[in-house]
Amino acid sequence: MKLRISYNIAKTHLLTKKKQTLVAMLGVTFGIAMFIVMISFMQGVNQFLEDSALDASPHVRIYKQLTSDRPSLIETLNPDGFNIIHHQKPKNEPARIKNGLIIARHIEQQPEVLGVSPQVSTQVFFNTGAVPIPGTLAGVDVAREEKLYRLSQRMKSGSIEALRSNANGVILGRLLARKLNLKAGDKVNVTSSTGGTALLRVVGVFSFGIQTVDDARGYVNTAKVQELIQKDANYITDLHIKMKDPLRAIDFGKELARQYDYKVEDWATANQAILAGEQIRGVMTFVISFTLLVVAGFGIYNIMNMNVMNKIKDIAILKATGFDGKDVVAIFMIQSVIIGLLGALLGVLIGFSLSYLLSITPFASGDFLAIDTFPVMFNPLHYALGVIFGVITTLLAGYFPSRKAARIDPVEILRG
Amino acid sequence: MENSDLTKSAEERATILKASHVNKFFLEPVKFQVLKDISFEVKKGEFLSIVGKSGCGKSTLLYILSTMDTSYDGTLEMNGRKLTGRSQNELAAFRNEHLGFVFQFHFLLPEFTALQNVMLPGLKLGKYSAKQVEERAYEKLRMVDMEEHALKPSMKLSGGQQQRVAIARALINDPTIVMGDEPTGNLDKANSDMVFDIFREISHNNGQTIITVTHDPDFAAGGDRIIEMSDGYIISHGHESKIQ
Ligand SMILES: Nc1ncnc2c1ncn2[C@@H]1O[C@H](COP(=O)(O)OP(=O)(O)OP(=O)(O)O)[C@@H](O)[C@H]1O
Ligand SMILES: [Mg+2]
Repeated sequence: MKLRISYNIAKTHLLTKKKQTLVAMLGVTFGIAMFIVMISFMQGVNQFLEDSALDASPHVRIYKQLTSDRPSLIETLNPDGFNIIHHQKPKNEPARIKNGLIIARHIEQQPEVLGVSPQVSTQVFFNTGAVPIPGTLAGVDVAREEKLYRLSQRMKSGSIEALRSNANGVILGRLLARKLNLKAGDKVNVTSSTGGTALLRVVGVFSFGIQTVDDARGYVNTAKVQELIQKDANYITDLHIKMKDPLRAIDFGKELARQYDYKVEDWATANQAILAGEQIRGVMTFVISFTLLVVAGFGIYNIMNMNVMNKIKDIAILKATGFDGKDVVAIFMIQSVIIGLLGALLGVLIGFSLSYLLSITPFASGDFLAIDTFPVMFNPLHYALGVIFGVITTLLAGYFPSRKAARIDPVEILRG
Repeated sequence: MENSDLTKSAEERATILKASHVNKFFLEPVKFQVLKDISFEVKKGEFLSIVGKSGCGKSTLLYILSTMDTSYDGTLEMNGRKLTGRSQNELAAFRNEHLGFVFQFHFLLPEFTALQNVMLPGLKLGKYSAKQVEERAYEKLRMVDMEEHALKPSMKLSGGQQQRVAIARALINDPTIVMGDEPTGNLDKANSDMVFDIFREISHNNGQTIITVTHDPDFAAGGDRIIEMSDGYIISHGHESKIQ
């Protein structure tokens, strides 16, 4: 009942000052709309980059690291001595994972693992014409690779079945194929770093939409690479693992690192640049949105202050006829909330429309990314956040003028 | 109903309002004593007028009596209960229920209709439903002959019309005391007489107390008693025997 009177008074005040109300509202609307566009776009970019990185790379990768970062012989024999070793060189050892296939089978049995793909990869030169072009050949089990990366959906031409059925087949990355001027059906000669050569037939072209992959990688059958570098059929250099839940990868990777004496790398470590970019965009979104809301808040604060000054006589009369401080606060807080709520709702609407327009705006990214419109994320949470921010801002901005109104001494005003 | 009480002489009737040794200073622009040791009593159902030269402190006294001004020395009692020293919120609730006030400058909420202005204190009190408050508001507006303007925004009313709406508003909660600071200041003779009749009627028949500041000698003379002020002092408490 009491709030109802305050509400009716607030409503009358707002309706008799429509222009002022609208200006205050539009301040909030603008702030919220920009907030929503910003956050939707930034999150869209984050999601897109994360997705494409996650899509094309293993959640966990196990490989043998060839570094000089190993204890030297003298240090093992004479650990307490004063040993100085200059310019230690990598040991000549194969990059193989011992029992790679067995380990793969073992990991595959874990319930949280989606799939494991054992690979042999090697650096090669593609020889077409006079210039050898460098690249990587990944020897894979086609069925397992398909399970991890949905290769078949990334084929631009040809098919993965053709690779499976052709021992000499190769599927090339889109940019690599273009560089080599090769199409499905063409033949290409490759030379490995160890000197082996092979004549391969291009059976397809794929695109992950990631430049570094599309520009350098070719897929062949495991046996072909093993043959090229003259190794046996158990020779495995990499284990790619996909989890059912990508977020579990980090813990799972740590577990694997404890079990096996190989380098274990999770996607977060491998994609630190992307995650750092995400953090920067997150901070930027926050700072800009916060600034917009503060500006909108000051706008409301000013307008509410003016409102209180204009209504100072009304306040005195209300207090004289028995309305108390709480009623007066309610009258002005209700006005702020109405301005905030309507402004925020309108802002959400406009924010959504702008986000939608952005999401259908063509965006030419060249070969760098597989994308044709701006990535925008539509998340109800952002919209809810927008409304909550809007209302909180107006509540704060309305509180101080309302309190001032409640403290007005009616006698001073009524004395005339 | 209370007729037996009303026919008693003023001495026998209950004291409704009592001011004891009220002193009031203004500190700005220079320290200045507006009210000097004001003590007086008002009886239930009494129609009291306060007169005096302009600037002698009548309005200032009325604001203190109305509980809006709380910065004074001395004490104020209503119905034997002390009002001095109570919190602002308590006093607001008290004003709402027990006091009706007509200001020297007829103050209404300009964006609200005459009817809404009259209804607001009634809605705030919450004793009656909104529907009943509206009926009562129409009734009060009829008393001051403003019923036909009930739905006009108050800023579109003439000065005298606004003052009459303000009187209707002061009466809406059937207050124990109605205070007026020159409530007929803007009214012609006919309307002034009408307001006088209303005050006369509610003081005699409902036992409501009237305290008005007025410059109109006829208006003052028609009441029960006249208090005369000069320079912050009460110089005459009037003749209480005037009550019929
Ligand atoms: N806020 C104030 N600050 C300082 N002095 C004031 C203030 N309000 C009133 N006064 C002074 O106090 C004295 C009494 O003022 P008050 O308004 O009570 O007079 P009044 O008797 O009602 O006069 P009138 O008949 O003209 O309305 C005057 O001298 C006035 O100048
Ligand atoms: Mg005065």
